[in-house]
Amino acid sequence: MADKTNARVLQQIRFLKAQDVVFFFVGLIVLCGAFLILITLILDMAQTGIPRLNQEFFFNFPSRFAARAGIYAAWVGSLCVVLVTALLAIPLGVATGVYLEEYASKGWISRIIELNILNLAGVPSIIYGIMALSLFVYQFGLKQSILTAGMTLGLLILPIIIVTTREAIRTIPNHIREASYALGATKWQTVSNHILPYSFGGIMTGVVIALSRAIGETAPLLAVGAVAFIAFLPTPPVMTEAPFVSFQWLMDSYTVLPIQMFNWISRPQEEFHVNAAAAGIVLLTMTLVLNTLAILIRYRFRKKYKW
Amino acid sequence: MKYKLKRQLTEKLIELLLFLAAASSVLITFFIVYTLVTEAFPFFKEVGLRDFLFETEWTPLFENAKYGIAALVSGTLLTTTIALCVALPFGVITAVFLSEYASARVREFTKPLLELLAAVPTVVYGYFAMLLVTPFLQKIFPDLSGFNALSAGLVMGIMIVPYVSSLSEDAMRAVPLSLREGSLALGASKFQTSFRVVIPSAFSGIASAFVLAISRAVGETMVVAIAAGLEPKFGFNPFGPTETLTAYIVQVSQGDLPQGSVGYRTIYVCGIVLLLFTLTFNIIGQTIRHRMEKKVK
Repeated sequence: MADKTNARVLQQIRFLKAQDVVFFFVGLIVLCGAFLILITLILDMAQTGIPRLNQEFFFNFPSRFAARAGIYAAWVGSLCVVLVTALLAIPLGVATGVYLEEYASKGWISRIIELNILNLAGVPSIIYGIMALSLFVYQFGLKQSILTAGMTLGLLILPIIIVTTREAIRTIPNHIREASYALGATKWQTVSNHILPYSFGGIMTGVVIALSRAIGETAPLLAVGAVAFIAFLPTPPVMTEAPFVSFQWLMDSYTVLPIQMFNWISRPQEEFHVNAAAAGIVLLTMTLVLNTLAILIRYRFRKKYKW
Repeated sequence: MKYKLKRQLTEKLIELLLFLAAASSVLITFFIVYTLVTEAFPFFKEVGLRDFLFETEWTPLFENAKYGIAALVSGTLLTTTIALCVALPFGVITAVFLSEYASARVREFTKPLLELLAAVPTVVYGYFAMLLVTPFLQKIFPDLSGFNALSAGLVMGIMIVPYVSSLSEDAMRAVPLSLREGSLALGASKFQTSFRVVIPSAFSGIASAFVLAISRAVGETMVVAIAAGLEPKFGFNPFGPTETLTAYIVQVSQGDLPQGSVGYRTIYVCGIVLLLFTLTFNIIGQTIRHRMEKKVK
């Protein structure tokens, strides 16, 4: 009798141990499986696209002939748009983050702002696009310009920057602030001399991730009416004559990498799909480099400050 | 004295500037709601709410225009459901593995990798869905059409796995260690502890991850615009082409779109419906999450 119960218990234990091992491998397979699928897809795209990556591809304008088409206007456009995005979103986002963490009292106003940011982060990007179409393109009369595109993406990534700024500031312990106040510093002196420098790493991580998101974003720019066939560059910002600086480029038409890629995917001819793959590789490399950079910044700063 | 006054003034001024920055985020929400409502309003004057809700065809740009939003909503639900069928099991298994089974070193290594996965631009996922996954699936289902909801949904599912897994893992890691120790001390295996102690305790967190993932999938645009085809159809056939709310907006805004035209109005109508869906799911998700955070404290 006792032997029988013993055997049953032993059997059960063996079963549970086996179950544990099996699940460990199921988890591992699922995890690796997700990566494997993605890596296979990327490799396949790379195989198609990489032979297209030569100097001409980077310095040719789009063309009706797939073999002659390039991404010159697209990557220059992407850089210009991201510049505008950064100039709008970084100051606004960091300022909002600082206000919410350091200044705001726990009243209903800050509660509303907080809730609002949470909800903004969940608004689909295409909604930002159609909002910008009505507001920037038609009401402000900015047309399909680099400025419109940059501002649209700026609003889109604002919640990301705000959230990461707040998280970065929150990791600074209170005794740092108290020490600063004890020495007679004002609130702004504390913020500018201590809070911002110490949270710089965290904020930069968020900024880089947000900008990489902006580079890859397609839908809102399609909605504001980006055109894929742009055979010229924006006006150079520097001139040889007075007044030497020109802001004309802000109002120029543009195209960006993801839009160019989308355009090539949508064409029926297979030669254009090769171009799309090549553009995809460039786009993927850009975002992966930026994200790796973000991860590196985070590690460095985590090591630098130990409270 | 003068110096003190000046300093106080600067302090106040800076605080005001920072407050204005923070308040401007509320302004964005206001503009979103304002533009959607004002641009879509004339549409509802022309088209009755009954036709809008109960008609099953969506052909606003044809001569015999029909405005049945159900066609686009069904497409959205179809691709979202397929995506969730992939993202939920994969996401939760990954989360359990990372939170309960994996060593700290594996976790340190995989978390950034999952973040990288989430950083791939959606247009690239669209390329995968249309030019790689669809041809592959056509080998298995020969009558699969070139544009179909299935491959768009599957790829979208893979796309949101990192999102589900990182939110669920956060919830599981918030479960106090003492609960696990108690369970293990009673002789439960790791598997039993994970599925009967940790997951039930983290349930609200995982549920909020699900709901937020739904909202993500509903709002996703590029994958469906590229791979799911652009044919608004009422029905739930995963093997055929379909069109989602988001894809419709992309399709229409690619053409010339003068302000006030029918096409122009309809994208704001779709925008409102889309925003209502995502907002509802977001608010549910956040409420669940908020409650969880309170409970853990």
